[in-house]
This record gives sequence, structure tokens and C-alpha cells, in this order.
Amino acid sequence: MQLPILSILIFLPIVGIGILLILDRKHHKGLKYATLAISLVEFLVSLPLWFNFNSQTAAMQFVEHREWLPTYGISYYVGIDGFSLLLIMLTTFLTPLCVLATWDDIQHRVKEFMVCLLALMSGMIGVFVSLDLFLFYVFWEVMLIPMYLLIGVWGNPARRVYAAIKFFLFTMFGSLLMLVAILVLYFHYGKTTGTYTFDLLKMYGVSIPFNMQFWMFLAFGLAFAIKVPMFPFHTWLPDAHTEAPTVGSVILAAVLLKMGTYGFLRFNMPMFPEAAHYFVPLFSILALIGIVYGALVSMMQKDLKRLIAFSSVSHLGFVMLGLFTFTMPGVQGGIIQMINHGLSTGALFLIVGMIYERRHTRMISEFGGLCTPMPVFAIIFMIVTLSSIGLPGLNGFVGEFLILLGTFQVNKLYATIAATGVIFAACYMLWMFQRVVFFKVTNDKNKDLKDLSWREIAIFAPLILFIVWIGVYPSTFLDKTKASTENFLAMMAKAKSTQVSQSHVFKGEAQ
Amino acid sequence: MTFTIPSFHLSSIGPWLTLTVTAILILVLDALSPKGRKVCFSWLALAGLAPAAFQTIGLWGSTGTDFARMVYIDDFANFFYLIFILGAALTVLISRQYLEDYGKNMGEYYALIIFATVGMMLMAAGSHLIMIFLGLEIMSIAVYVLAGLFREDLRSNEAALKYLILGSFSSAFLLFGMAMLYGASGGTLFLNDLPLRLGADPAMAPLVLLGVGLLIVGFGFKVAAAPFHMWTPDVYEGAPTSVTAFMAVAVKAAAFAAFARVFFLAFPAIKVDWNMVLWVLAVATMTIGNVAAISQTNIKRMLAYSSIAPAGYLLMAMVAANQLGAMSLLYYLLAYTLMNLGAFGVVILVGRKKDSYLNIYDYSGLGAAHPVLAASMALFMFALAGIPPTAGFVGKFYIFSAAIQAGYIWLAIIGVMNSLVSVFYYLRITVLMYMKPAEADLGPVVFSPALTAVVALTAAGVLAIGIFPGCLYNLAMNAVKIFPGL
Repeated sequence: MQLPILSILIFLPIVGIGILLILDRKHHKGLKYATLAISLVEFLVSLPLWFNFNSQTAAMQFVEHREWLPTYGISYYVGIDGFSLLLIMLTTFLTPLCVLATWDDIQHRVKEFMVCLLALMSGMIGVFVSLDLFLFYVFWEVMLIPMYLLIGVWGNPARRVYAAIKFFLFTMFGSLLMLVAILVLYFHYGKTTGTYTFDLLKMYGVSIPFNMQFWMFLAFGLAFAIKVPMFPFHTWLPDAHTEAPTVGSVILAAVLLKMGTYGFLRFNMPMFPEAAHYFVPLFSILALIGIVYGALVSMMQKDLKRLIAFSSVSHLGFVMLGLFTFTMPGVQGGIIQMINHGLSTGALFLIVGMIYERRHTRMISEFGGLCTPMPVFAIIFMIVTLSSIGLPGLNGFVGEFLILLGTFQVNKLYATIAATGVIFAACYMLWMFQRVVFFKVTNDKNKDLKDLSWREIAIFAPLILFIVWIGVYPSTFLDKTKASTENFLAMMAKAKSTQVSQSHVFKGEAQ
Repeated sequence: MTFTIPSFHLSSIGPWLTLTVTAILILVLDALSPKGRKVCFSWLALAGLAPAAFQTIGLWGSTGTDFARMVYIDDFANFFYLIFILGAALTVLISRQYLEDYGKNMGEYYALIIFATVGMMLMAAGSHLIMIFLGLEIMSIAVYVLAGLFREDLRSNEAALKYLILGSFSSAFLLFGMAMLYGASGGTLFLNDLPLRLGADPAMAPLVLLGVGLLIVGFGFKVAAAPFHMWTPDVYEGAPTSVTAFMAVAVKAAAFAAFARVFFLAFPAIKVDWNMVLWVLAVATMTIGNVAAISQTNIKRMLAYSSIAPAGYLLMAMVAANQLGAMSLLYYLLAYTLMNLGAFGVVILVGRKKDSYLNIYDYSGLGAAHPVLAASMALFMFALAGIPPTAGFVGKFYIFSAAIQAGYIWLAIIGVMNSLVSVFYYLRITVLMYMKPAEADLGPVVFSPALTAVVALTAAGVLAIGIFPGCLYNLAMNAVKIFPGL
């Protein structure tokens, strides 16, 4: 019998919470070591997923199927394909690093913090592996609570509560409409096939009239677009990012935002393919606005964290643009860009966190010339910045190049506009880097800053390893998603042929 | 002229008898026991509720009527019996310490709680409108008195008087509606006979509608549906906190038991007519309850307003008028009993010393001072807001499913948007508990064993039936098989 790896991944952090609860709350180091150990075990448990994953098939692997509420068609149904595999690995890979990053950062209510972190981890894994709509919704919502607490309790004193509530309400707004859509879909499936189920894979097969797809796509899409976040639903993001503690920002950027894009890939597009084709112009244009707008706003930010937050809007715009091309390079690039963004932006937030720990400010104008007191820091910062810009040889380039390639096949205008985003990115990132790191030290407070400790270097080493690896040899990762992408594209292509006639019918009805 | 006494089985109303005897026993003992000597009436009350619960379980699965068709014996009634007993038992547990603080730990309090419970059982099992009315009055009169338990307190007096006067009005409406139906049906008030008899004469249709409308007013008052909710905040705030909890949970459940039974059994034929009315009531109730709760700074008042909104969700299940809807009614009421009584348990724990700490800002910093207590409160708040994996989420999920299955998608959308509004004020409590420094000096919270047990049990229950809803779902689904019209 095969080990239920996915279930272990989901429930191990819960067991970990149990362990933390019995530990002494005053013993901060002990709590941190325990959490680190748990998250490392979690990472080790996730490794077999990577090595035993069969990249030849698009079918779900490591599947577990247990009845939960059989009379209602709800089951505990988990499994992964190439898309989820990469995101799970990203999650389990980043969490130990996040724990390391809390070493000096989090000093009060350590126990609660670690409990939230582990609960969040369990929820994130759950979202990426659920193949049952009900189960997915449960994880999707459950995850909100620890993140809300992370921002609200350990965030920046001034505006953390505002940011936490905004984050919660925005996400909740979208997901409640999604809940209605899930239920409508459930009853539609029941009526057409006679069996009632929340099984996602079965939902793929059912034919849904275009009129209904239209609204379903919008309802699901709103929930995911808020999470991504796409322009104009992005306003919660700068607040949440800026106010959250470093680790909160890292997880938020690296994993939580990916749930939105993952949601599009896993739920929205395959379930409502005709509507997806219909909405390509709308979502592509919103993505383009996100790319350019995010980049322009980034340029004007005075606060480092806010700058990175807005750059996320821009980067995620690329991902969405890539996914909505429905071409091999576009979708593959979109997926790899999700991982890239997780690594680069995660690293950037860690960097900001580290200088914040030293200087207790994030204002760009407060810094300058950090390369003199902190040379190692400057090098790492440089690599991460370049990766975020998309320098060839580093990971960002691969993702953006593939996305632009895919977009160019579909719409040259979109590709041209998106390409300006790359240029803008170079502007705001390099300008920021220059103001923080280069030149002479102008502010006396920066003169005696300590360079990175071994612990901090240990956090960045694995990140940079993967930043380079993806940049130099992306096939390791692209191969894993190839079969899933092909399958996805086949599904979308099939819908394309029927879409033309049906959208006609819809327009007729509207008149 | 001869009277024949119809045959009957006392066992069919076993739980009622047990509880009635318990209540009378408490009253007698209270009168006999010398002043100043405390008899533990709360234990006596629990000792009566426990066998009643066992009797109910013993009745499980039996169907039929008894006492000349006046009483239904079915799982729908049994399910509600258990909700009432659970509600009463938890209320008794949270009351003792609270009443002792006020020097009001009197026998009649427990007797009244139990009498009210018996009234509720009559409502849930009555198969004749008069039976339901009798049950309603037994319950209401007991609760009127309970609301005014603190005789010396002006607010408690206000609560009792307000509740009594408005309640009497609503009873009159209910009775008037029954009279109309009696006329329209040509002389019967048996729920089973009503559908056929009401449809018999088309000329009577206006009278039927009038009767149904009046019933809606009467029941609407008891479940605190807008626009008949005006009494709720004042009464809930003025009444003793334990009584407020009892009213918000058990009284509402009883009213919905009768409401659902009457409408699903007797008026399925004119569903179109009452559906429209209930649709409007549901939307108004949810919206008014939630919007008004936002601005409350007294925790009791906030819970009072926020307990209006669930009535709206439950009305939504009534509107759906399908099996799923009826099932969700049972499920949500049970879940609501757990989470609301749990929340009130925390309110009493924190409030102590004669309700000194009822402002929501008193909760600030609770997360640091009493982590477990705060975590339970947070759990209840999230459950009331309907966030998984709690019972509150599953309950709402069923209700929304029912509405969507019946095709009321807009109603479901209004419902979820209302949930969002409610998230805001429930979240505020967690914000205060975890994200604000303590404002008031709470002093030591005394964890009396009974209250601690209530909070622990309800918290465990809220999680357990939220994560494993299957067993209860099946029970509730079987219980609502009695409605053939759905």
C-alpha cells in the first residue's frame, strides 16, 4: 500500500500544532526549533512527491479518496498533477525558510505565531491538493484565519488591524460568491447527470450552457481575481503586504497569491472553457493594465515593502496574461512564473525584513550605500533584484520570455504592451536597488550595520540555488508540468471549436 | 350523551411528563426548603432533563399520532426535543453562578426554564393548531416571567413588560389567524386535514390567505423576523444574560419548529403565496439584523441583533420549502444552539460580578490574558459568521444549498452578502481580543466548573459537527421525511 503522502502533508502541521500547544510558551527558542523541525519533516515528506511523480501523464497522482458526507456527494478527495506539484513543493520548501526568518523578528506571542504558521501551512497544502469542490472551499476559507491573525497580531502597529480586516473581507467577498457558484454548479450537475457530487474531475466533463458558464466564470473568477490580485481588485494587497510581518508578507506573496492563479488554472478555465475563451480579451486587458499600472505605481513608492507589493501586481499580471493565451509557452511560462515570483518576491520580502530588523524603517530615502557596511547582503540583494527583473540566466527571464512568446503567438499588441512591463520593471527595481545599495553612505545610522549572519545566509542559499537553477535549466521544472499543460490545452481547444456557435446563441438571447 | 375517552399512551409524551414532574418538584422543594438554605435546584433540573433526553432517544424512529390525533410522534419532534433539552441544559449550567452573583438563585427560575421547555415540546409535536397555541403560551408566559426575573432592575422590568405586551399582541394575531382558518376549513384545525379542507372551497381562498398572513405575523414575532423584531434588542439586553441566551436559542427553535411544521404540512398548496412573503421577510430580517449589529458596542446587544440575522437565514430555508431546506432548519438550529450558548457562556464568564464587563472593549487583550477563553470565543465568533470548519459554516452551507436547489439564487446571493456583513462585526471581537491591548482591568476571571464545562462542550461540539456533519445530516434528513409536500 502506498503511503498517503498528501494526507500526511495536510495533517502533519496539525499534529505539530498539538505538539506546540504542550510546550512552554516562555521558551521561545524551543518553540522555534520545534516548528523548524516540523516544517523540515514536512519538506522531507514532500520530496517523494517530486521524485515519484510521473511526468508522462496528466492524470491525478497520489490520489486519496475517502467518503466524507456520501449522501451529499462530498468526499475527502485529494490528488496532484504537474500544476499542483510545483506549488506544493514551493510551499514546503519556503516554510522552513520562513521559520528561520522569524528567529529574531518575532519576539512576542511566539507560540501563537508558530501555531498560525503551521495552520496556514496545512491550509495551503489543502488548497493545492483538493479535488473536491467542497473540500477546496473549506481549505480556502480556513486558511484565511491564520493569515488574518498573522497580519493583525504581529503586523505593523499603526495600520495592521485595518489591513487584516481588509484582507479578510476582500477575500471573503469573492469566496462567498464562489460558494453560491459552487452550489449552482452542484445542482446543475445533479440535474443533468442524476448523481450529485462535488467531484471536480467529474465537473470537467459536464456540459454547461454558455449563459450559465458566463455567470459561473465571473463568480469563480472574482474570487480568484481578488486573490491574484488582478487590477482593479488589488487594493487590499499593498496594505496587507506592507503591514504584515516579514514572514507573513513572504507567505502571502509566495504562496497565497498563487492560489488565485492556480484557481483559474484548476477550476475556472477547465470547468467553464467556453466562457474562458469568451473572456480572454477582458482578462488579458486587465492583466495588461495590472502589468503596466503595477510597474508605474511601484516606481513612485517610497516604502520598500510597498514597492515590492505593487511589483507583485505587475508580475502576477504576467502570469494571468500567460494563462489566458491558451498556448503551450504561455501557460508553461505562467506556471513557471508563479514559482519564480514565489522565489524572487519571497526573497525580496526577506531582504526588506532583514534591513528592517536592523534599521526599523523601510523608507528608501533612509538608506543608501549599504554595499559598504553589508557587502554579502548587497550581493544577495543584487542577484534577487536581477532575478525579479528577468535577467537572462536567472529564473525571471525564463518565465517572462515564455509568456511573451505565448502572447506574441496570439496577439502581437498584447505582447508589445506586456514587454514594456519588463522595461518598467528594470526601471523601478534598479532605481530602488541603486538608491538603497550604491553610492556612499549618506545616513550615519547605516554606517555600522551588521552584515548578514550565517543563519540569514542559510535562508538565502537555497533560494538563490533555485533562482539560478530555473534560469539555467528550466526543463527540470517544465517537464513536470508538460503533460498537465498539454491536457489542459486540449481541453481548452475542444471548447474553442464549440464556443463560436454558442456565444452566438448567447448574444441572440441577450437581444 | 356519552363521552368516550380516546385511548392514549403516556409513553408517547414521556419527556413532557418527566419535565413537568421535575418542574413541580422543584417548586414544591423550593417552597418547603427553609429560607437561606440552598438546595441545588440546578442539579435537580439537570437530573430531570437527562431522563427526558433518554426518553426522547427511546422514542426515536416511532411514527404516528396519539391523544386523539392531537400529538405527533415522529423524529421531527424528537429532533427538536433534543435541541430544546440541550438548550435548557446548557442554560441551566450557565445560570447558576450568574444568578448567585445576583442573589437570585431561586427554584422558580429553573422550574420556569423547564416549563418553558415543555411548552416548546408541545409546539414541536402539536398536530392541531390549538395544541401549538397552548404550547406557545406555556412557553411564552414562562419566558415573560424569566425576562423580568431581576425585579429590582429597571431594564429587566422593561424587558419583561415589553415582551409581555408585544407578545400578547402577537399571540392574538396567531389566534385570529387560526380562527380564520377554522372558518375557512369548515371546522377543523388538524394539520393533516387542513390541506384538503382548505382547497375544497375556492370562495374561501381570501380567508385562507388572511389566516396564513396572520399566522406569519404571529410566528414572525416569536422568531424575531423583521419587521416584527423591534422588541428583540431591548428585551435581550434587559433580560438576565442566561435568559437572553435561552430566548435566542430555544425560543427561536421552538417557534421555527411550529412554523415549519404548520407551513410545510398544512399549506403546501398555497406555497407560492407565502413564499413571496417569507422571501421579503427573510431578506429584511437578515439585512436589518446584520446592519444594526455593526454599530453595537454592548456585547449582549450585539449578540441580540446578530441573533436576528439567523432567523433570516432560517426563513430562507423556509422559503426554499424543500427537503434540504427543512433539514437545514434542524441542522442550523442545533448548530446555533451550540455556538450561541457557547458565546453567551463566555459573555457570562467575562461579564461576572453583576454584568460589570459587557462592553465589547472589555474584551480587548483577552487573547493575551486568557488564551483558551479567547480562542473559544473566537471559535464561536467564526462559527456564527459561518467560516469553516465549524458547525455554523455547514449549517449555512445547507441553507444556501436549499435555496439554490429551489431556484432562489438571488436570495442565496443576498444571504452570502449578509454573511459578509456579519463577518465584519464578529471579526471585531477577535480584533479586540487579539490585536488590541487590554483597556479595562478585567481582574481575575473565575472559571466556575459549570461554565467552563459549557464553553468546552459547546466549542468541541461546534468543531465536531462542523468537521463530521454526516451523522447529523442523516438524522435530520430522516426527520424531515414527514413532510410529503416537499
